[in-house]
Amino acid sequence: MTATKVSRSGGLQVEQTDWVALVGQFGALIVLVVICTVFWWLEPAFASQRNIFNVLRQVSIYGVLAVGMTYVILTGGIDLSIGSLLAFAGLVAASVEKGGRGLLSIGAAGEAAGYGVPAAAVAAITVGVLGGLLQGFSVSKLKVPPFIVTLGGMSIFRGAALLWSGGQPISAFRDEYKVLGQGFIGPVPIPVVIFALVAIVGFVALKYMRFGRHIYATGGNAEAARLSGLNTNRVITSVYVISGLCAGFAGFLLSSRLNSAEQVAGIGYELTVIAGVVIGGTSLFGGEGGIFGTVVGILLIGVLSNGLTLLNVNPYYQQIVVGLIIVFAVFFDQLIKRRRR
Amino acid sequence: MDRSTALLWMENVSKSFPGVQAIDNVSLHVGAGEILGLIGQNGAGKSTLMKILSGVYPVDSGEIVLEGKLIHITSPHQAQQLGVAIIYQELNLLPNLTVMENIFIGREPGPSLFVNRRQMEADTQAILDHLKLNLRPNAPVRTLSVAEQQMVEIAKTISRQVKVLIMDEPTSALSESEVKTLFAIMAELKQNGISIIFISHRLEEVIHICDRVTVLRDGRHVGDVVLHPVRDVTKDDLIRLMVGRSLETFFHEEERAEALADDVVLEVRHLSLRGNAQNADAEVLRDVSFDLRRGEILGLAGLVGAGRTELVRAIFGADKRTTGEIVLEGKPVRIDSPRDAIRLGIGLVPEDRKGQGLILGMAVRQNMSLVNLAAFTRLGFIDRREEAQGVANYVQRFQIRTPTIERRVVNLSGGNQQKVVIAKWLMLKPKILIMDEPTRGIDVGAKSEIYDLMHQLAGQGISIIMISSEFPELQAMCDRVICLTEGRLTGILPRSEVSQESLMHYCTLREHALLKDGEISL
Repeated sequence: MTATKVSRSGGLQVEQTDWVALVGQFGALIVLVVICTVFWWLEPAFASQRNIFNVLRQVSIYGVLAVGMTYVILTGGIDLSIGSLLAFAGLVAASVEKGGRGLLSIGAAGEAAGYGVPAAAVAAITVGVLGGLLQGFSVSKLKVPPFIVTLGGMSIFRGAALLWSGGQPISAFRDEYKVLGQGFIGPVPIPVVIFALVAIVGFVALKYMRFGRHIYATGGNAEAARLSGLNTNRVITSVYVISGLCAGFAGFLLSSRLNSAEQVAGIGYELTVIAGVVIGGTSLFGGEGGIFGTVVGILLIGVLSNGLTLLNVNPYYQQIVVGLIIVFAVFFDQLIKRRRR
Repeated sequence: MDRSTALLWMENVSKSFPGVQAIDNVSLHVGAGEILGLIGQNGAGKSTLMKILSGVYPVDSGEIVLEGKLIHITSPHQAQQLGVAIIYQELNLLPNLTVMENIFIGREPGPSLFVNRRQMEADTQAILDHLKLNLRPNAPVRTLSVAEQQMVEIAKTISRQVKVLIMDEPTSALSESEVKTLFAIMAELKQNGISIIFISHRLEEVIHICDRVTVLRDGRHVGDVVLHPVRDVTKDDLIRLMVGRSLETFFHEEERAEALADDVVLEVRHLSLRGNAQNADAEVLRDVSFDLRRGEILGLAGLVGAGRTELVRAIFGADKRTTGEIVLEGKPVRIDSPRDAIRLGIGLVPEDRKGQGLILGMAVRQNMSLVNLAAFTRLGFIDRREEAQGVANYVQRFQIRTPTIERRVVNLSGGNQQKVVIAKWLMLKPKILIMDEPTRGIDVGAKSEIYDLMHQLAGQGISIIMISSEFPELQAMCDRVICLTEGRLTGILPRSEVSQESLMHYCTLREHALLKDGEISL
């Protein structure tokens, strides 16, 4: 089997863009641009640098979670546990920072210096990864449906958070701890920078790495992927680990931003995040979508919320608008798929 | 027949999809009470044409005339109201409902909210009687055989005042006697003035039942063959029209070089497998032993349920729970998963192409490189340029007809999809390629290309295990054929002894096998 080079001028085109898919991906982007333009026109303050970064900072936690969620949904799964896992991880990070509280405080740990910010971040991430690993194992090896596993996880991690903290928030950190959540690099809030980095890494891994291809293949047809030699169980486990990792880190970030870790943090986040991923064109059946769409979807939700607030619209309407957009986005997606067939 | 007298008249109908002219200026007509055969290779445009007629796709251009009136079919519902109905290969029944509920679904008799079950039952019985069907109106559909379900589908369609009935491969899942029953019903419908468009790959049946045949090739109309009243057309004539060449090129009867010698690549020893989807204790395979030589095409024959697919899946590591030994090139190996098999150079082209062979939503590129993706990966990153070149290379070599490698495989024809699956494995450069029904559901032209390919591979020293339900295919292709009956090996036939009769003999050797094991017959 010789590796003859195929001439580009030959009958076979090597690179060609799938335009319909592209329009599908950019559908949400077009809506985002239109909405931004309308807000800008109605309320010039919307486009101020300050407001733009404000919106971005507001969505950054959701954004980090949504990157992980995209991986899970691409395999045809779902992760409802991220809000609870975020709260649990945040509390663990906070107690590491404080040098002991809750289950960590063996005996009477005073207000002595903690273990430091990096240790806190690592602790939060570890909690997330372990939580994800447990759930991934349950989905891939024990074959419990993802919805059930993570519904259980949602309750378990929330309970763990309450147990850990004894129902009390952990607040008032040192300045070093608050830098990541509250600091700026130039005019750019650090959470925004972190969101961007996470999204870029998530995008590149999914699109250009073998691992990403395996995720799409597993989500597209798990049995065909397995018969092609993929370790589909490992792929499935890994996406929950990634989602858990994102949740753990987001938990640390949120506690840093709010200067407080609370057992009630992140309630309902999973639904906003899933909404963003779906609006961004990732199919709930798996195999289709990507990080670019997710970023757009999350921005869309953030912009809507911010713009409507600026326009003094009753915040209760915001939820209605987001709901309508979810349904519309999926409808639009289906429309394109029907045309393609 | 002309526009005004034909029941259905389609003129210069065209339909294109992005990148493909699916139907190109096709004209087709059917008289009242006529059975028209519609044949062509996969991808010739039969299904597209019928989907236009049944309202699934709108036409790009062309006219459709029904009973002398120009019509515009805009939806399946409207097509049904006009009297055009289609029965697909995959049946559209609700398995948990009864026969009568299925027949009357959506228009149950009775006052608004409540269903008059007695009337529904009587009406259903009348329809079944009319079709001479021996079915109970109250039987749940899931308890019926595929053939019976098909009859229910026909009854359901007929009860809706159909003028043109389209049947897409209705016989593919039926046994011979069931086909006869179906043909009797078709004749009955014909008597009642209902026109039938019969799509089938089984040309003998087309010649047997149809009054006329319309042949499509590459989306164009290439001929109308009249079969009534004189049926002097042969299968070969039709194949020639379909592929534009004759049957001789179809099978390769010439002897391949006997490069086999004693070079045994794979030995399977005492392989047994217990448990299937229904019963964890069922004995699926019992003590199967055979060997495979280098460059050999080994046939695997057996009736449905003999355990052929289970055997190759067991060798490939797709199912666990097996006992026995597999020796590859003299070394005993453990194969616990498809990954192990692939590492050892074994590939499997599965029976269910769409469900197990392909990831339909992915492009040709991603599907083909999937098995051997590591070859295009540097530090975890895929070298997309190298991947594209590797894939394009195979697309050209196998003449896979796709506009670009970025096309989703769901949009390819069956034959081209199968070539994608085979190419995917060849990119791995396997030692052994297992092919489970490699030519099922693909058209004659593509079949012949796949046969060519298999001979080439065997010539290069790749060993092939080929499962096929078509005995002539095994006879033409294989160096040796092993026969399975109810999970036991009942015969290993050298090429000289392979005939349709001998295969049938060894594939039904049930008592013999049981006696040999000293067991009392079940």
